[in-house]
Amino acid sequence: MQRALLTGIVVAICCSIMGLFLVLKRYSLFGDALSHTAFGGIALGFFLNIYPIWTATVVCVATALGITKLRKSTKISGDAAIAVLFSAGLAMGVLLVSASHGFTIDLFSFLFGSILLTSMQDTLLILAISCGVIVTLIAIRKPLIHFTFDEEQAKVHGIPIEKLNYLFVALAAVTVIATMRLVGILLISALIVLPNITSIMMGKGFKKTIIISISISVIATIAGITTSYYFNLAPSGTIVMLMVAIFVGTLIAKHAGLFSTKTLTDENNLLTVH
Amino acid sequence: MPVNALDVENVSVNHNGVLAVNKISFSVQEGDLLGIVGPNGAGKTTLFRAILGLQSYQGRIKLFGYEGNQYTSLLSMIGYVPQKVNFEPNFPATVYDVVSMGTLSRKKLAKGAALIQSCGCCWNRIFQTSSKDSEKIEEALKIVGLESFKDRRISELSGGEQQRAFIAKALVKEPLLMILDEPVTGVDMDVQNKFYAVLKKINKENKITIVWSSHDLNAISDLATRIACMNRDLFFHGEKEEFFANKDLLKTYSESAMQLHMHKHDM
Repeated sequence: MQRALLTGIVVAICCSIMGLFLVLKRYSLFGDALSHTAFGGIALGFFLNIYPIWTATVVCVATALGITKLRKSTKISGDAAIAVLFSAGLAMGVLLVSASHGFTIDLFSFLFGSILLTSMQDTLLILAISCGVIVTLIAIRKPLIHFTFDEEQAKVHGIPIEKLNYLFVALAAVTVIATMRLVGILLISALIVLPNITSIMMGKGFKKTIIISISISVIATIAGITTSYYFNLAPSGTIVMLMVAIFVGTLIAKHAGLFSTKTLTDENNLLTVH
Repeated sequence: MPVNALDVENVSVNHNGVLAVNKISFSVQEGDLLGIVGPNGAGKTTLFRAILGLQSYQGRIKLFGYEGNQYTSLLSMIGYVPQKVNFEPNFPATVYDVVSMGTLSRKKLAKGAALIQSCGCCWNRIFQTSSKDSEKIEEALKIVGLESFKDRRISELSGGEQQRAFIAKALVKEPLLMILDEPVTGVDMDVQNKFYAVLKKINKENKITIVWSSHDLNAISDLATRIACMNRDLFFHGEKEEFFANKDLLKTYSESAMQLHMHKHDM
């Protein structure tokens, strides 16, 4: 339980920071598509009898970089590229699962999360990945904020936007890997999107938005893991439902005039949860 | 001897098979405020994008006499304000956050300044970057008159106020050259006048070289030290008095706009 809480908190922090950039760059679905690719990677690991997190990491990072290169060189639109990625990842996973004679309990746990049953090896790896992502994001925060705000202006400011973009998608891919054990492949995008659209709605500046987003993630994760432990529920579903509740509560509070800023113009575009 | 801030030599830009800029050549001296006029689609933005390294081109462009890699490293010394900055409307950045983005390239600026000083250009102001970024940001906000807006979200501001915030972001870099691409198009007269006052101030007091495109001939005639008129080709480059005395230039620019200008000045 303590191990689950520690891992959950670190992953929640990592995912909400990364998620804010993904949401603001309108890459929310990209995270979702990457998680489906990770499913393909996990299935490959089981098929080849290799530690599945390694295969998922390799497949996920390679796909993220490849699709970014493809989008740049062929001018394929973002949503079309994501659709290809999404279905290719899932198809590969299903194919490999059928070749290895059906779902195993382990594979099932990757799909729906199993933070309370995570092994020590998984915990250490997830903590290392999450901390690495958090440290990298903190180190590159200034150029990344500028790049997210306006790519062209960032380029004029001398920021190497192409390299930064590749680094950004690679970090997104490893964030997906780290989050997979907490909420499962199918609910990763909830962790990326929900805390961030909730905090963006509050109409604050960048620093406060990121702090609010992290707080929502961490509170929902602690409450979700604790509740699920004592009531024997699925932690992933509990965490995500708590986040949905916070989002709905904030939405009601906003409509009641608790926040004095303009309304979100297109929340529907940002909300890409399954 | 004054150094040319910008040299454009025989520059052509072929934009998706269309010749957008045709063999244009002109120079901008340090401290000048060059007003570029020309109808919509004349290639002004394309030319600016070529200068900023955002567009491939044929010909030569020199920044403070430098080309190639040194030119690229000097690009970060340009403050650029486009006609419209396309940013995500829900971006949770305050005006202060946006202006602070301009402080990013100051280390590069110091390197660039050393390069420029080595070519004989007296530029000491850039070495005053040791003071805190926050002071620079406050100063830039004061110049554009947005001190009281610093904690407001950028998306809550009007178009004119946003443009002033982007000018502050460009100013906080302490640029050697500012490129302004019709920065107040579609903005009300009051904000336009405030913007023109800012432009005059940064050119005269902060000694920043400015290249500015606009359709407002009256503002150009009041503020610019030199004028360039283009419509794919460069039709004129020189003193503003010479430009306004030359009626043939009506053909390359909007006749009605020119008549309006003449009418105002005859009254």
